[in-house]
Amino acid sequence: MNISRSISRRLPKGRHFVIGVPFIWLFMFFLLPFIIVLKISFAEAEVSIPPYTDVYTWAENKISLVLNLSNYIFLSEDDLYLAAYLGSLQMAFFSTLLCLLLGYPMAYAIARADKEMQLVYLLLIMMPTWTAILIRVYAWMGILSNNGLLNGFLQSIGLIDTPLQILNTNIAVYIGVVYSYLPFMVLPLYANLVKHDQSLLEAAADLGSSTYNSFWKITVPLSKNGIVAGCMLVFIPVVGEFVIPELLGGPETLMIGKVLWQEFFNNRDWPVASALAVVMLAILMIPIILFNRNQAKEMEGRA
Amino acid sequence: MKRYSFSTIMLWAGLLFIYLPMLILVIYSFNGSRLVTVWGGWSLKWYIGLLDNTQLMNAVMRSLEIACYTAVAAVVLGTLAAFVLTRVTRFKGRTLFGGLVTAPLVMPEVITGLSLLLLFVAMAQLIGWPAERGILTIWIAHTTFCAAYVSVVVSARLRELDLSIEEAAMDLGAKPWKVFFLITVPMIAPSLAAGGMMSFALSLDDLVLASFVSGPGSTTLPMEIFSAVRLGVKPEINAVASLILLSVSLMTFIIWFFARRAEDRRKKAIQQAMDESTGAHLQNGPDSRRDPSQIHATA
Repeated sequence: MNISRSISRRLPKGRHFVIGVPFIWLFMFFLLPFIIVLKISFAEAEVSIPPYTDVYTWAENKISLVLNLSNYIFLSEDDLYLAAYLGSLQMAFFSTLLCLLLGYPMAYAIARADKEMQLVYLLLIMMPTWTAILIRVYAWMGILSNNGLLNGFLQSIGLIDTPLQILNTNIAVYIGVVYSYLPFMVLPLYANLVKHDQSLLEAAADLGSSTYNSFWKITVPLSKNGIVAGCMLVFIPVVGEFVIPELLGGPETLMIGKVLWQEFFNNRDWPVASALAVVMLAILMIPIILFNRNQAKEMEGRA
Repeated sequence: MKRYSFSTIMLWAGLLFIYLPMLILVIYSFNGSRLVTVWGGWSLKWYIGLLDNTQLMNAVMRSLEIACYTAVAAVVLGTLAAFVLTRVTRFKGRTLFGGLVTAPLVMPEVITGLSLLLLFVAMAQLIGWPAERGILTIWIAHTTFCAAYVSVVVSARLRELDLSIEEAAMDLGAKPWKVFFLITVPMIAPSLAAGGMMSFALSLDDLVLASFVSGPGSTTLPMEIFSAVRLGVKPEINAVASLILLSVSLMTFIIWFFARRAEDRRKKAIQQAMDESTGAHLQNGPDSRRDPSQIHATA
């Protein structure tokens, strides 16, 4: 890396500045907050401002550190929280699978389209991600409700007599999640598929491999990084999703993002909300590391 | 050939799945009836009604203001981060740095929102800043997570760049900052613009982070929409949502237009360079003519 050497040789101060500014910002506003969440998860709720007790106190030249584990014990004792974590993981797993099944052929088709059309397709896929998730979910509320368009349509063609209850069920949440996160699956898959060397497939075909066989033995293994990136981009945020279960889900929809929100905003129990966040982060640690490794590999792949 | 057509059908089905609900939303925003599911003829009254809704208009202005600040800050921060990730390959804590840059992309918003709020509360207790939560704290939250998106977009472009141009400038004695502003920045300008627009849109959309870190009197547009939508579908919200959809589509169209024009110009430049080099190569012999034609095939 000639250029980085020249940078470091000529302007060590500049180098520190260039690294330091984003580093300090991210440390301050991304890493440090997690440490505070961890701290507050060991505090006790209190009616005060802010509504929690101090974890460590300084009195008579002694620092006393009180780690209160009751929030975690409380979480493990109430089945609601376990059910919410499992519900979130289940929701995230199946919607990731659905996104992959729907998104892979889409990404494949875009990667095979001619250059001019690729840009058009890509923008068509990307456009929704620039629109509020709130609005896209809201659009489904009008369609899925009992007197909504879908039920009206099904009734008018005589398929059903009484309206189907779709809104406020898990089915609606699945529709909403797949709908909102599909672009995040398609984009990394496309970025990967478009780089594939077509001559490999031609060579396989020349040697008598069927299209089906070549697809599973060449295209899919080569697109592994794209699949991992796409799946993680869907799975991890969906575990903590709040807007979609809140608007489309019903009483049967137990998801941890929603529970955390309620603990924080409705019950004003900051320590329990913090403990919920810490446990969620612990669950997501492995997928996040997987994603970061994958990103780093992609980033350094061509450097 | 069969698989190709299957995937194309899936692509169109997927696009239909993505766009049909939005189209329905826009059509129903022109519905004259207050009952959102009954069609009562075309009408613009919900749009006109929006102008009188000062609370909503205030929220729109506030959201636009935050989105502007966020776009600028996220581009600066994200570009710096991308530059470090692609150009400064070795320094202490690089793995941590890489993780910090990419993790906000996937981190669930409830976690980021909660943790930032707790940080602001702790800071206010400790050093008295920020005294109150509002536009400033929302801006910090949005900048942090938008910078991650910018750095992904920009680093992809930085990796494609020909390093020899920057190296040549350095060898000729240009200072690194001069190289960066005179050579690197113009070459990555399109991705800076793309990152900026993306940050603008993301900031304008965000509900969860803003709900956590905002204070009294600083309600943003998504928060306003959310509190209305919670109680069900409303015609006024249909109108706001359609306006947002239309402005985003317009922005997408502009991006497409400029991307295409840049592509055309690039093709023309390649063609021109090729014509010139073919002319030069012709004198050397027929063999060396093969290179430009290969460029043409891949261009």
